[in-house]
Amino acid sequence: MKVGIVIFPGSNCEGDAFHAVVDQLGEDAVMLWHKDHNLQGSDVIILPGGFSYGDYLRAGAIARFSPIMAEVAAHAKKGGIVLGICNGFQIACEAGLLPGALLRNDVGYRSMPVTIRVEHTNTAFTSAAKVGQCLTMPIAHGEGRFAASEDVLDELENSEQVLFKYVDAAGNTTVAANPNGAMRNIAGVCNAKRNVIGLMPHPERAVDLLLGSEDGLVLFESLLVAAHA
Amino acid sequence: MTRFRVSVHIIPRRGLLDPQGKAVTDALHTLGFAAVGEVHVGRHLVIETGAKDAAAAEASVRTMCERLLANPVTEDFEIAAVVKE
Repeated sequence: MKVGIVIFPGSNCEGDAFHAVVDQLGEDAVMLWHKDHNLQGSDVIILPGGFSYGDYLRAGAIARFSPIMAEVAAHAKKGGIVLGICNGFQIACEAGLLPGALLRNDVGYRSMPVTIRVEHTNTAFTSAAKVGQCLTMPIAHGEGRFAASEDVLDELENSEQVLFKYVDAAGNTTVAANPNGAMRNIAGVCNAKRNVIGLMPHPERAVDLLLGSEDGLVLFESLLVAAHA
Repeated sequence: MTRFRVSVHIIPRRGLLDPQGKAVTDALHTLGFAAVGEVHVGRHLVIETGAKDAAAAEASVRTMCERLLANPVTEDFEIAAVVKE
């Protein structure tokens, strides 16, 4: 499996994503500059975290017009896997690859560990996990409050597109467990075709016990299941 | 081609939680402005552009809002003024 990691001006989690894929998973990864016009044969594209273009205008709003995003959109249209983490999730939403939007948190910038519950395992990024499995990993964002109209939220839930929800230690979606005011405690979603996945928490920063958690590994291992299917 | 300055207001869609607006509302209430209802904090952009007339300038900025300046999921925009330079 070859993973392409896109670097935008202001990305800062590309190294963590590379570490997760290459050092922990033992797969190939290549860095892709946002002005590139090809994905160098990547099977999976990661839009990493960071503050592309300084989060000017809205987080992700300008990065979505980077030249490489046309290739990423074409890759997604063909059914290729795209994973947006944090700022990458914001970029994917702005690009229309994922439903909804990510608004300013209800309580300002949050940098802390959170627990998320896996809601569905029928995607390339959750297939190795179990439904209801709770994973602890960090968040670090100021604009992560997932929002969409109630109709869209209902549709996302009915079509099993809500993949992760913020929960407490007991696995319940409580107000206190919601770090940013996200509607229905939503931490991550996928598109209708289930090949584009986005989440605000950082699984790539939770792949080594030395750094506090390796709960993110199961999500990256899911990619292998899909790659070798 | 004439030069225009087009002012646009972009505001969070009504009904969506606006934490900045709520913080400002609370502060105004604390200061005694009890009559204040809701405050919405958005962005004000001034775009200098060339167009054949004011209507064309406004139409062009409207397209800019739809494509980039406002998020169609969460924000509304209004063109506040089109001024010839």
